[in-house]
Amino acid sequence: MFSLIRSMWLVFLHMFHKRETYQYPEEKAPLSARYRGRIALTRDPDGGERCVGCYLCAAACPVDCITLQATEDPDGRRYPAFFRINFSRCIFCGFCEEACPTYAIQLLPDFEMAEYNRQNLVYEKEDLLINSQGKYPGYNYYKVAGMAIGGKDKGEAKKEEPPVDVKSLLP
Amino acid sequence: MQTAAVNYWWVIGGVLFTLLNTAAGLIWLERRMLALWQDRYGPNRAGPFGLFIVLADTIKLFFKEDWIPPFADKVVFVFAPAIVVASVLMSFAVIPFGPNILVADWNIGLLFFLAMSSIGVYSIVLGGWASNNKYALLGAMRGASQMISYEVFMGLALMGVVLLSGSFNIREIVEAQKSMWNIVPQFLGFVIFLIAGVAETHRLPFDIPEAESELVAGFHAEYSGMKFGMFFIGEYLGVTLVSSMIVALYFGGWMGPAFLPGVVWFILKTFVFISLFILMRASMPRPRYDQLMEYGWKVLFPLSLLNLLVTAAIILIMKEA
Repeated sequence: MFSLIRSMWLVFLHMFHKRETYQYPEEKAPLSARYRGRIALTRDPDGGERCVGCYLCAAACPVDCITLQATEDPDGRRYPAFFRINFSRCIFCGFCEEACPTYAIQLLPDFEMAEYNRQNLVYEKEDLLINSQGKYPGYNYYKVAGMAIGGKDKGEAKKEEPPVDVKSLLP
Repeated sequence: MQTAAVNYWWVIGGVLFTLLNTAAGLIWLERRMLALWQDRYGPNRAGPFGLFIVLADTIKLFFKEDWIPPFADKVVFVFAPAIVVASVLMSFAVIPFGPNILVADWNIGLLFFLAMSSIGVYSIVLGGWASNNKYALLGAMRGASQMISYEVFMGLALMGVVLLSGSFNIREIVEAQKSMWNIVPQFLGFVIFLIAGVAETHRLPFDIPEAESELVAGFHAEYSGMKFGMFFIGEYLGVTLVSSMIVALYFGGWMGPAFLPGVVWFILKTFVFISLFILMRASMPRPRYDQLMEYGWKVLFPLSLLNLLVTAAIILIMKEA
């Protein structure tokens, strides 16, 4: 009996506690930097696209909401011809971000994506590309990868040595 | 004579208008108070302080499909929700809201209140029975046994007040509290009446007939639209009724310092007890069904008998001396 009255009193005291509610449209809830929200394609420090069109994100996606087509520019750089994410299917699991070898696809702390028309939830490449390096500033895939593209040959990347001349090793 | 009659209808109209609006407003009040005690804000968007939520809720209830299940007993099914509202509204006839604001000044007022609250049980039993649904029937059965057993010592607890004032007329009971509110000599009776009142209105610690976590929605599981709304209004009216009964019988009714009119004091005190009802909902767990019956028959029933006995004995001794 006493415990019931005590709990009533304690609940009554909650009247003077701080409210936990965020008055949402006016007052936004703080989202952590690693919040998995809207998906974006980031750019490297030079402003080029990071995506190399490897299809790993599309393969990792458990709901198959990512579609893309890889192509190559005259320099030999791969990039997606189109890149489409259907956000009405996306479950924001972040597997695509984990699968991405070039830090191109990233999930941002933004969830305000509601639309009146379902078709508007299908984001094309120009909707996905953002003018930012996202969570990994300074990273440029082609500057660290040992792949030859126009203007950079094999062995010219950062922390890389020139390829070994196999013929010189002959006895 | 004619002015008295006109005045009489004004009182009836005013009481009905106030009560029905209070019952609707309690939806808002309860949600705001619950939120307050759970560190939330509650409905605060529509209109000032979110008050228009009442309007929105009412409109929603009116426009919902009013579905009568094909397996239900149709006549009883339709009548059951009306019984609860009608019986509770009838009980308000005997409650003195102010020195002159009283619908029926009967010398059986208290008995009338007990009778009407017993009739309220019918709405639960008939509603659950007519629904022809096992959960509804279970809720109805629980509701019937709970309300009948709690009614017994609800009446017995009130007898202490009757002994003190020597009348069943609620106006006279209020007037007998001029020197001292009944809460002082009848504290035990007040506690028992409060608990029985909560059980009588099947509010949250004792909402066994509804018990949404075990019985879906209990006796009104099959009700929708405005018929469900009637049960809802009946429940809120019941809360108001028990609160105003507590105020009239134990807390001196309309009496209070003279700077406010009697009605205002009555309403203020009533709202304190309505808030207590909501606080109980916010803080108490629901007992098991057998615990509830055991508590009623083995603890509260003997206590109320003891209360009656001791009160009667003290009054006799005082008279002798």
